[in-house]
Amino acid sequence: MKIDKETYKKYAKSRAPSSPLLKDMLFAFLVGGAICAFAEGIYNFYLYIKIEEDTVRTLVPVTIVFLASLTTGLGVFDNLAKFAGAGTLVPITGFSNAVISPALDDKSEGLVMGVGAKMFTIAGPVIVYGVISSVIYGVLYWLCGVIL
Amino acid sequence: MSVIRLENAPSVIGYAAVVGRREHEGPLSDDFDLHDEKEKFGMDTWEKAESEMQRLALNLALAKAKLTGKELGAIFAGDLMNQCIGSSYAAECSHRPFFGLYGACSTFAEGSVLGSLLVDRGVFSKCAVLASSHFCTAERQFRYPLEYGGQRTPTSQRTATAAGAFILSAQGAGPYVREVLPGTIVDMGITDINNMGAAMAPAAYDTLTKYFEETGKKPEDFDLILTGDLGKEGHGIICDFMKNAGYDMSGVYNDCGLMLYSAATQDMHAGGSGCGCSASVMAGHIMKRFEKGTVRDVLYIATGALMSPASLQQGRSIPGIAHLVRISAERGGE
Repeated sequence: MKIDKETYKKYAKSRAPSSPLLKDMLFAFLVGGAICAFAEGIYNFYLYIKIEEDTVRTLVPVTIVFLASLTTGLGVFDNLAKFAGAGTLVPITGFSNAVISPALDDKSEGLVMGVGAKMFTIAGPVIVYGVISSVIYGVLYWLCGVIL
Repeated sequence: MSVIRLENAPSVIGYAAVVGRREHEGPLSDDFDLHDEKEKFGMDTWEKAESEMQRLALNLALAKAKLTGKELGAIFAGDLMNQCIGSSYAAECSHRPFFGLYGACSTFAEGSVLGSLLVDRGVFSKCAVLASSHFCTAERQFRYPLEYGGQRTPTSQRTATAAGAFILSAQGAGPYVREVLPGTIVDMGITDINNMGAAMAPAAYDTLTKYFEETGKKPEDFDLILTGDLGKEGHGIICDFMKNAGYDMSGVYNDCGLMLYSAATQDMHAGGSGCGCSASVMAGHIMKRFEKGTVRDVLYIATGALMSPASLQQGRSIPGIAHLVRISAERGGE
């Protein structure tokens, strides 16, 4: 081939159509917003049936995680996510889906090495770096308290 | 490596294609022998389903050739799963000499090259060539879990749920494998797994230009030039590059990945891919066209992207390969 690698890479990149960003962002905004509004509705509903506010704050994410897991299991979530993109990925629904989807796939390899080991292949790094950053944040927070 | 002319051109005496739901919903649905709406083929795991699909393709092809498995000198088979288990389990009960191949999406052409060479040189009188891929096993292996909610880029391709089988024989009424050109690895530095068309196109270009230069033939000498699974991107790149090299492919060139699905009604982004993609198009659609006489001379160039999940994570580029097989209705002549 009479073309060097760099030129070819640039050529391939330039001719490849990019994702429809405007459409993707619009759907992400609408679906993500709808999920958050729905969660807000559940929040108000729990308060309305006289559950304590502290409990409600835990109960709402639990409910949303449950619903995302359920729709993942029913095979609906990925069809919605195809259009919603970041709209379903960024809320806690994305995290729930990232744990449940490998668990569903890998059950054929058994409960220990399949479900148990592989259910965190996607969510694992999020947990690891989430915990690390929370520790860093905690130390900084403590230092600020000492210094100021 | 130069073009190898097969003087005793082996005949394709049996062929069969088995596909999944989406492939059956595509424009070539009438040309496939069997499909399963649930894509599990009666099995409890996707891996077993893929093997079953391959086994069915082999048995159907044998039945069409009026042969039993015992008459095969060898089986050449491959798929995309780790250690080629799809093919090993599929061939398990045949008790025939077995060669497991890995050429990624080029496997069907790789098997056809090896099988036809060995039949041509009289090592075997008959052999089977098989290749399969299953969307659900390939997704698990190379990408994300099936139910994972992600978005695909426009250049990404869908792994076909399909299997194809050829039975090659020293005797037969055709079509014949007249020439083969084994491909070399061409790596142009593409690292994007979602743009395999661009990663494989240089290999197809390399093989095609070598073939034309060596034989002195031109694209218009053929009824059809068919690449394996370059998809929209790769197809466009090949057209561009071949034109620059002085070969006009318009009118005779198509790609199995573009033929398998309908671009208008099926949401498949840049088209189909996987070993089963070109295997099912060749062993289904193209062989039926030979039967009807609507094609008489076809160049089949299956391309493979030879990466692994580990090589991708280590940031290495995707090596491509393209094997060429010329299939003709006539055994001799030009």
